[in-house]
Amino acid sequence: MKYTQGKYLLLEKKTLAKQIYDFTILCPEVAQAASVGQFVNILPEGHTLRRPISICGIDKEKGTLRIVFMAKGDGTLKLADTPKGANLDIVGPLGHGFTMNDVSGKTIITGGGIGVPPLLPLAKHYGKDAVVILGFRSADAVILKQDFEATGAEVIICTDDGSYGVHGMVTVPLAEKISGASQVLSCGPIPMLKAISAVAEENSVPCQVSLEERMGCGVGACLVCACKVKKNGEERFGHVCKDGPVFDSKEVMW
Amino acid sequence: MADLSVNVAGIDFKNPVIPASGVFGYGREYEEFYPLSKLGGISTKGTTGQMRTGNLAPRIAETPMGMLNSVGLQNPGIDRFISHELPNLMQKDTVIIANIAGSTPEECAEVASKLDETDVHMIELNISCPNVKQGGAAFGVSCEGASAVTKIVRNATKKPLIVKLSPNVTDIASIAKAVEAEGADSVSLINTILGMRIDINTGRPVLRNNCGGMSGPAVFPVAVRMVWQVANAVKIPVIGMGGISSGRDAIEMMMAGASAVQVGAAIITDPFAPVKIIEEMNQFLDEKGISSVKDIIGSVKPW
Repeated sequence: MKYTQGKYLLLEKKTLAKQIYDFTILCPEVAQAASVGQFVNILPEGHTLRRPISICGIDKEKGTLRIVFMAKGDGTLKLADTPKGANLDIVGPLGHGFTMNDVSGKTIITGGGIGVPPLLPLAKHYGKDAVVILGFRSADAVILKQDFEATGAEVIICTDDGSYGVHGMVTVPLAEKISGASQVLSCGPIPMLKAISAVAEENSVPCQVSLEERMGCGVGACLVCACKVKKNGEERFGHVCKDGPVFDSKEVMW
Repeated sequence: MADLSVNVAGIDFKNPVIPASGVFGYGREYEEFYPLSKLGGISTKGTTGQMRTGNLAPRIAETPMGMLNSVGLQNPGIDRFISHELPNLMQKDTVIIANIAGSTPEECAEVASKLDETDVHMIELNISCPNVKQGGAAFGVSCEGASAVTKIVRNATKKPLIVKLSPNVTDIASIAKAVEAEGADSVSLINTILGMRIDINTGRPVLRNNCGGMSGPAVFPVAVRMVWQVANAVKIPVIGMGGISSGRDAIEMMMAGASAVQVGAAIITDPFAPVKIIEEMNQFLDEKGISSVKDIIGSVKPW
C-alpha cells in the first residue's frame, strides 16, 4: 500500500452539533486511494502527535474527503480552529477498512456517538438493503440523520435520555431487526461495540467492528495502538492502525 | 552539495541520519513513503531473546512539545527477526543497526551472539530495560550494571557494538566511560526520559503502564547537554538523539559532539522527517561553505 503525506486544502467547514465539526478536504491522491472504514492522520499545528480521524465520505471524482470529528482535547480543538481555505497536514489513507461483502440479505449498520460518521459510506453502499441504527446521548447530539435517510436505508435513531427517537440503547432495535440479517457493521464506543457483537454472535450473524485507540505513526511501525485479538486460536496484540481499525468481532478480545 | 558521509566505529554511512529504534519498525511501512536507501542507516525495533507481546494500551500520550510511550519492547524475538526481517533490510543499501535488549545480561548476550552470525552491520545494546535479576532496576542506571552487561555482550560478538545510554542517571559521562572501558565501540544517547501524566478527571495515569519514556522536541536541550558531556568524556564516537526534528537540530547535535544522529519522535509527527533533515543539513552546510559534515562534529566553542 502506498501512503501519501501532504498539505491539503480545507474546502468546506460546518458545525453539525456542539463540538462536532464537518470538514470537506481537497486531497485527490488520498481520496483516490481511500476505501470505506479507513482513516486519515492529521497533524494539528504545533503538535507532536497526529490525530486519527475516520473518513465519512469519499468523492473520487471531485478528489475530496469528508471527515466529521469531535473537538474534545487540545489537538482536535486545534484542528477545529482551522479556517476554511487553510491547509491541513494529512497522512493517508490508512488502515484496514470494512470488508464490503456482496450479501443477498439485509445489512445492519449500527453505532453511536462519534463512531457514526464512518458508517455513512456503508449506508450509501447498501442503500435500501440496509437498516441503520444509531445511538446518541440526547436529541442535540444527533448528527447526519438526513445524510443517512438520503441513502434509502431504514434509519432508527436511539437516545440515552429518550429526548429523540427510541429511548435506550441501539442493541434493543438491533435485537428486533437482526433476524435474517446477513451482516452487522458497526463503530462506536467499546462497551457499545461489545454489546452489538454479543447480539450478532447470539444470532450467528457475522459482525465487523471499527475500533479506536490512541495512535502514534498510524502506519503500523511504532506499535502503540495495541488491541488484544485472537486469530486461529492464538492470542496476540494487533494494531488498530494497520490490522484495523475494522476487525471481525470474533477476533477482538473485549 | 556538501559531503554528508560519516564513519562511526569503522562503518561508513552515506549521511549521518538514522531513524531511531522503535519508531521505524523494520522499515517496511516507511518504504511506502520513500526509498530506505536515502537514509544513513536504520536502527531496528528492539529485539529480545523471545517474542514479547508488550504492554496494555494506551501506550502513548502527547505532552507539550513531546510524547510519552510505553510499548514494552513488543517484538517477535531474535530468531524471527533474523529469518523474516533482516534479509529484507540487508538489501536496502543503508547501514542496518540491530537494536537489542533483554531481561538479563545473558539474554542480551544470546541475542548478540545470534546476530554475530548474520550480515547485520552493527549492534545497538539498549541498557535502559529492567534487569529482572537485579530487582528490576535498569542495567544502565549504574556504572556496575552498565559495565557488566556491556562486557558479556562484547564477548558474544565481534560486530561494532553501540551501547545506548539511559538519561535517567546522575552522571551519564561516567556510565559512558564505564561501557567504553568494557569495549563498546560507540555510545548512543539519549534514550527516553522517564515521565508520567495523570488524567485529572479520572485520577488514572494516561498510560496503562503508569509511566513511560518521554521524547520529542521538549527533551532536545537535555540531549544536547548529555551528548556534549559524553563526547568530552570518551574517545569512542557518539551517536546523538533526543528530540531532533530539523536539519538545524541535527547540526546542533553534531556540534555538541555527535558523529551521527538518530531521529525518533519526529518521524511520528512527519514520516518524511529523516529525509527532510538530510536535505536541510546539506542546505545549511552549503550556505556556510562547509564542505564536509565531519567538520562540524564537536565543533562547539564552549565559553
